[in-house]
Amino acid sequence: MKLFTLNYKIICILLVQTCVINSFAQKDSSLVKRIPSDTSKLNMNLDAIYNRPFLQIGKMPVALGGYIEVNTDYSGTDGVNEGLSFQFRRLTMFMSSTITKKIKFLTELEFEDGTKEINIECAAIDFEFHPLLNLRGGIIMNPIGAFNQNHDGPKWEFIERPISATQMLPATWSNAGFGLHGKLYKSDWVLAYEAYLTNGFDENIISNTEGKTFLPATKLNRDRFEESFNGKAMFTGKVAIKKRKIGEIGFSYMGGVYNQYQLDGVILDKKRKVDVFAIDISTNILKTNTAITGEFAWVLVDLPDDYIQNFGNKQRGGYLDIVQPILKRKMFGWENAVLNLAFRTEYVDWNVGTFEATGDNIYESVFGIAPGISFRPSGQTVLRFNYRYQWQKDILGNPPARTAAIQFGISSYF
Amino acid sequence: MKKASFAITLLCLFVIALASCEKLLPPAPKDEEVLAGTIPGLTAEQEREHLVGDEAFGTIFSKEEGLGPIFVQTSCANCHIGNGKGHPSAELTRYAYVNGSTVDYLTTKGGPQLQQRAVIGYAPESLPSEANVFSKRIAPAVMGLGYIAALDDQSILNNADSSDANGDGISGRPNYVNPTDFFSPLAIHISSGGKYIGRFGKKAEKVAIQDQVVFALKQDIGITSDFDMQDLYNYQIGINTGDNVPDPEVSASFVNSLVFYMRTLKAPPRRNAEDADVLAGESIFNSIGCVSCHIPTFTTAITDISALSNQTFHPYSDFLLHDMGSALDDGYPEGSANGSEWRTPPLWGIGLAKDSQGGQLFLLHDGRAHSFEEAISFHGGEATSRRSAYYNLSPTEKDQLIKFLESL
Ligand code: HEC
Ligand code: HEC
Repeated sequence: MKLFTLNYKIICILLVQTCVINSFAQKDSSLVKRIPSDTSKLNMNLDAIYNRPFLQIGKMPVALGGYIEVNTDYSGTDGVNEGLSFQFRRLTMFMSSTITKKIKFLTELEFEDGTKEINIECAAIDFEFHPLLNLRGGIIMNPIGAFNQNHDGPKWEFIERPISATQMLPATWSNAGFGLHGKLYKSDWVLAYEAYLTNGFDENIISNTEGKTFLPATKLNRDRFEESFNGKAMFTGKVAIKKRKIGEIGFSYMGGVYNQYQLDGVILDKKRKVDVFAIDISTNILKTNTAITGEFAWVLVDLPDDYIQNFGNKQRGGYLDIVQPILKRKMFGWENAVLNLAFRTEYVDWNVGTFEATGDNIYESVFGIAPGISFRPSGQTVLRFNYRYQWQKDILGNPPARTAAIQFGISSYF
Repeated sequence: MKKASFAITLLCLFVIALASCEKLLPPAPKDEEVLAGTIPGLTAEQEREHLVGDEAFGTIFSKEEGLGPIFVQTSCANCHIGNGKGHPSAELTRYAYVNGSTVDYLTTKGGPQLQQRAVIGYAPESLPSEANVFSKRIAPAVMGLGYIAALDDQSILNNADSSDANGDGISGRPNYVNPTDFFSPLAIHISSGGKYIGRFGKKAEKVAIQDQVVFALKQDIGITSDFDMQDLYNYQIGINTGDNVPDPEVSASFVNSLVFYMRTLKAPPRRNAEDADVLAGESIFNSIGCVSCHIPTFTTAITDISALSNQTFHPYSDFLLHDMGSALDDGYPEGSANGSEWRTPPLWGIGLAKDSQGGQLFLLHDGRAHSFEEAISFHGGEATSRRSAYYNLSPTEKDQLIKFLESL
């Protein structure tokens, strides 16, 4: 989604503000107040967008923050060596303000791959009527799974985002809309819900040059923040429950009509739906301090009759991350530095089903592992070293293409 | 001190990791196990052009690029997976109305080929009620086609024996077909009454690779090119606007790079060619007369790609039509070929068919045979005596023959 024209002004304002802050900072650092957030501890996923470190300048009503991600990549597939490249993945800036009591605003702008993509990831106003009842409106991050809302680079020990979250589910995925969210606290328990109506998917999901059902293809639609593709709202809902010191589990659903079933009042087709279900978990084993984070999702698409089978009507996939701190002490002058071992397993089946012609399984799947080491001088900054190995099967399940990558990267809030 | 040693350890680990980078990447599969790569002896420029064609071959067309509006598949590579033999899930169907000597390809009803898929919002084609013959085909491997294209007509004619003058029961004949508008004959071509010898396609109905590529773009994917500007549409719904993408949907250079890619894919490699069993199988293949049609060796003429000029190659085909009997008769005529006549398919690369057909075998024009033995069992007509000879082999000999086929 490129929004050069639309966002140009906002970006300029942001940049000017950053400069102003910097000049303030140089003159009198006491003016700039850091509102830190221990980002290595995942709060509830729902809170992730606010649970970030911000900078506040004097009495200015806005707080600013952001993060960058850069890495090296040395990779190859089946003996074809792609060599070494340096990747500037993204620069993200966020700005939040408390407009008046109980009315908050937050926006997140992202510059991806240099300046190839500029996205408004989120730009929403929250009205708190009661902890159980908040109204949110704007560009909303749909709470499907956990990664979409909780995607900041510095929070993760892996350079690559999970395939299931970014290519099967379309993280980062946001849409214009409205909705409610709230939380209920009971001693050690928190129950949270979110429910939004937003614009949704379009026909690009089953008509694209990926040659497979691909939810992120909707992002090609430049008008999707301006109007719904078919006048039908998409619903996204999530319920999550968390017990302090144990962890969080979330159940989410997102779905709606994706096709152009009518035009100027003429019915063209039946309403065809895309439904997405996801489960996410995150937990910390207290004894060993092992963090486990995972997500699994299912995508169901009602395809047109006799549609080409390369586009699947069912997809599934997920990932599981295990992060084990092995050294926690003062290192190189950083007081609370941590060294972690990390391991990711991930899997996506892009096309669950069998061929009409032969009854054989349709493959089109990917399985990957990524061991890694990460070093955190503080909760807000991570240096990470990953090795990825991935097996990709074509639609017939022929011998898989094997890809490996050795990556070193930095990600930090600023 | 401790800090320094920790830092040094980290540094060392980093250096070791960097040094072993190469080893941590997946190695290339063995050359003889893949159907990708170029013919030996190409120049750097030709290698580069091959890669351009490779990309074109893998291009997935969507509605916006002009796909359809009706089509069979969205990309060349989706049928010719890994350049190897295709799978029945991407099979295509041709149809016609045949009555005695009357042949109508039903071009005003959407013929000659069925496009059973459509872009979203458009209706796929179904078989017209007038059609009474159907030819279902799965994709052949597309390796080594440059050598076949560089063969002169005379070396094909040398093996023809339409009236079975030598009395061996085999009467291969060339398929003389009408050339396309854009065909320009080369020195290798010999015409007969304005017709030329076809050598590509299952019934040898295409004279040049370009004919097949232009036909595939249009009939398989619904893509117009400078060579064929008329887009497909579904005659059955009476909307003749096709899609809304301006024609041609791909440029002449796109077509040319596809042709170049097809011409410069290497010949399928052999494995275990020197194994005792394989060698024994090879001599059985010769002695029971499989070679009457599956001729092992040819030499190319002079052509504009010097790496393809004067080259000896081993396709195991005669590029001629043979009457294969009633079991393989689909009733569908093409050029001068009738329903039971098929071009001897090159057997090179057949040992790697499994790796592009999802671990199974789908042999013969429509993939009906699931093993080499089953494929041989369908050899009727002119090949009947060779089939009987196969049945008369001892189990060991049969095994050796199969091992030979697997080594191709
Ligand atoms: C729907 C599946 C399908 C698609 C898509 C497809 N092909 Fe084919 N291809 C076939 C089949 C089936 C044949 C055999 C055709 C015949 O018998 O006439 C074939 C034959 C060929 C041949 C002749 C091979 C030989 O040995 O005779 C070439 C060359 C070729 N295709 C190239 C292409 C190119 C280039 C594209 C993309 C523009 C393409 N094909 C797209 C199925 C496909
Ligand atoms: C009369 C000529 C002729 C003879 C003799 C002959 N074949 Fe064939 N062969 C063909 C033709 C034509 C086909 C393709 C038939 C079809 O696709 O329906 C074929 C197909 C095959 C195939 C499947 C190829 C593919 O791509 O699917 C195999 C394997 C094969 N032959 C092996 C043999 C063996 C082994 C012998 C000796 C016992 C033999 N053939 C003898 C003409 C011949």
